[in-house]
Amino acid sequence: MRIPILKLHNYLLISIQIDLDDKTAIQFQEDLLNKIHSSGATGVVIDLTSVDIIDSFIAKVLGDVVSMSDLMGAKVVLTGIQPAVAMTLIDLGIHLQDVPTALDLEQGLIKLRQELED
Amino acid sequence: MMNFQSCVDIKKEWDIVGARQLGRERAKAIGFGTVDQARIATAISELARNIYLYAGSGVICFETIDEIDRKGICIIAEDNGPGIHDISKVMEDGFSTSGGLGAGLPGVKRLMDQFDIVSDQEQGTKIRTVKWVPQRRF
Repeated sequence: MRIPILKLHNYLLISIQIDLDDKTAIQFQEDLLNKIHSSGATGVVIDLTSVDIIDSFIAKVLGDVVSMSDLMGAKVVLTGIQPAVAMTLIDLGIHLQDVPTALDLEQGLIKLRQELED
Repeated sequence: MMNFQSCVDIKKEWDIVGARQLGRERAKAIGFGTVDQARIATAISELARNIYLYAGSGVICFETIDEIDRKGICIIAEDNGPGIHDISKVMEDGFSTSGGLGAGLPGVKRLMDQFDIVSDQEQGTKIRTVKWVPQRRF
């Protein structure tokens, strides 16, 4: 299974709408970095509104993809993390402190624009 | 009183997803709310991944606990893998031998209400963990 990555101007938009298994998550990481490289995108929004579970592995993959994209020069914002997912992550001891987040896609795009203008 | 035991074999990566989906359905049927469903599904995901990663294969079983004054779900994760050498070490936050976050077992313990682990080199590892449905107060 591949997660679609949409290009909008110089942004990439991803909405994860499936229950992520490890292989799909790793594949997504690779696909996103390749897409950043080929499109020259400067900002990425990964929307997690439809994701109802993030375990330690998926959290690591998401945290890593933010750092990797950053190395390539693209800013990533995670949006739409559900209340139940946020509570579970903190119980797990995962704080994703250096990862930019926003309430929803709209706020995410605003945040990206601000960061890229600085 | 325990009943309705059902088990999922963990042999391939996709079984991790299968186990947590089944666990979530069971939790919902028992009467857990959305947040506890997410906690239980996450705990199962961590346990199933440990089996897949460190033992190769094993089994995860669910039991509904239905007592007079309380209900809950019991999750049993069992494998015949190499066992855990130092249990106190793996229960520390941030300890990992696989490059992970080291959040797995200490995380499961925090997500659930009861947590027991038995492990030795000959018989593998058995983890039994329980979550109770929060009692309504009138």
